[in-house]
Amino acid sequence: MTFVKGEGLSVSFGDEMVLKNLSVEIEEGKIIAILGPNGSGKSTLLKVLSRNIKPNKGSVYLDDKNLVQFSGKTLAQKMAVLPQSPQAPSDLTVRDLVEFGRFPHQSWWQGKSKQDDDCVGWALRQTGLIQMADRVVSTLSGGERQRVWIAMALAQKPEILLLDEPTTYLDICHQLEIMELLANFNNEQHLTVVMVLHDINHAARYSDYVVVVQEGQVFAAGSPREVITEHTLREVFGVESEVILDKTGKPVVIIQGLTCKIG
Amino acid sequence: MLNRKNLFNTMLGDRSQWRVFIILIFAVCALGGILLSLRVGSLSISVNDIVSAILTDNSGANRQVIWNIRLPRTLVGALVGVNLSLAGAILQGVMKNPLADPHIIGVSSGAGLAGVSIMVLFPHKEYLVTPVAFMGAMVAAVFIYILAWKGGIRPVRIILAGVAVSAFLNSAISALLVFYSDRVHGALMWMVGGLSARSWPHLDIILPYTILGGIFAILGARRLNILNLGDEIARGLGLNVEVSRIAMTAVAALLAASAVSVVGLLGFVGLIVPHAARLLVGSDYRYLLPASALLGVAVVTLSDTLARALFSPIEIPVGIIMAFIGAPFFLYLLRRDA
Repeated sequence: MTFVKGEGLSVSFGDEMVLKNLSVEIEEGKIIAILGPNGSGKSTLLKVLSRNIKPNKGSVYLDDKNLVQFSGKTLAQKMAVLPQSPQAPSDLTVRDLVEFGRFPHQSWWQGKSKQDDDCVGWALRQTGLIQMADRVVSTLSGGERQRVWIAMALAQKPEILLLDEPTTYLDICHQLEIMELLANFNNEQHLTVVMVLHDINHAARYSDYVVVVQEGQVFAAGSPREVITEHTLREVFGVESEVILDKTGKPVVIIQGLTCKIG
Repeated sequence: MLNRKNLFNTMLGDRSQWRVFIILIFAVCALGGILLSLRVGSLSISVNDIVSAILTDNSGANRQVIWNIRLPRTLVGALVGVNLSLAGAILQGVMKNPLADPHIIGVSSGAGLAGVSIMVLFPHKEYLVTPVAFMGAMVAAVFIYILAWKGGIRPVRIILAGVAVSAFLNSAISALLVFYSDRVHGALMWMVGGLSARSWPHLDIILPYTILGGIFAILGARRLNILNLGDEIARGLGLNVEVSRIAMTAVAALLAASAVSVVGLLGFVGLIVPHAARLLVGSDYRYLLPASALLGVAVVTLSDTLARALFSPIEIPVGIIMAFIGAPFFLYLLRRDA
């Protein structure tokens, strides 16, 4: 079932068209990876889908309802967003930060409810942070910090989670830890996950559906096996590669070099 | 017998208890500042006499001094401390800039130009200084907002527009002072900020803004906390970032404008007090706002007491004292924290 739909999205910053009449459909309960070279418009697409940027043309629909019809809080109850490398005030504890996730469920005169506490506790346990709930976020490692932000998003109890490059600046072990965590939530909670990724092999391994963006348009969209091909890598990223299938049938990219030499 | 160290640890072990403890200390300092300000002067009056002068005695010298001079002046000082500290704390959050204070949104330069204009151009209409300064402050703040507006508000644009507009207004002030150099003294005193001769009518002007501004600030505390996480996260959590930012800036502008129009351009409180409070209670606005307000009261009342007592019978403007003592103390806090 289509959950989020972007129709004819155009965005321009000044004279520059960043998205050009782009349409995309996201199915419920799936993991969707958005791939594309730097400046292709993939982050902009994510911001438009999360209503952080208003498109100049086109609309986004969530459950067949136009995104502009949602109030801030009702949208935040359905959709959580994590931008690239978010920053928190340096003295917040893990629990403080995760509690912000309950904001969309609280009215302005109310303090936190029992349900809020339960959700925060649940999010902390699910992300393995319960032991460090009272530590200050700025003393944590990069991977732990990213987990705290994910826990905050989960405390929102969203149906869909949008992330912009959630594994940037992490070492390979912590990159996989984040990907596994998201895959688990997708599996157990039926959470729809949409993420902009740099690592094509992560997209191939963890996503059900891949959207490749090039110069503000969708170059290709489909299952990793359909989309992640030697042709795509050459045309979109300008690299020569060999794509093989691993034992689970997922594509693995082996990069061989640039398509054209620099200069 | 109780193990005192254990008691201390359990009392202060928890962070929110620590913050409440600091706020209580600030409250004691604020109360102490107010009492000291009532006590000290050319006529020294004991605390007992102060209480009886306020509550019971309707005649006598104590009553005259306390009720007509010191009490209103002290209360005006206290509320000015509250308003400027709250305004600074709010603006530092809204603009996400540690240097943000009431100057940034043009309140000071707007009030300054309007006030100084009245003083040097219409010296016989001194009673107009406060209302006109208030209007000047609000006009400058709104003007900067309009200049910075471009399909939304970004803090950096406000700050830059604020710097430019303030520079423009300040040069107008300087021009006035140069052209009317014979009338500079009063204007100069007003530009450093002072509480001398402030009385009940001034209190009536500032009190409604303190109450309303205080209520709105506390109601906005959670929104300020969320704004501190960055615009994208705040939007993701369902906060209307633009509306919150405009509303909280307006609250800060009213708080600051009412304060500077009454006592002049008291600069130091709005910048340093919120920082000092933040160093001690942290960045959670539910604690930071009350802590800043109370510390503001303590700083202004204590500084004003010193301003009156130090070179008595000559009185120095409280703004000078505050910066002289406060700046080094703040630097000490900053070094200690690092």
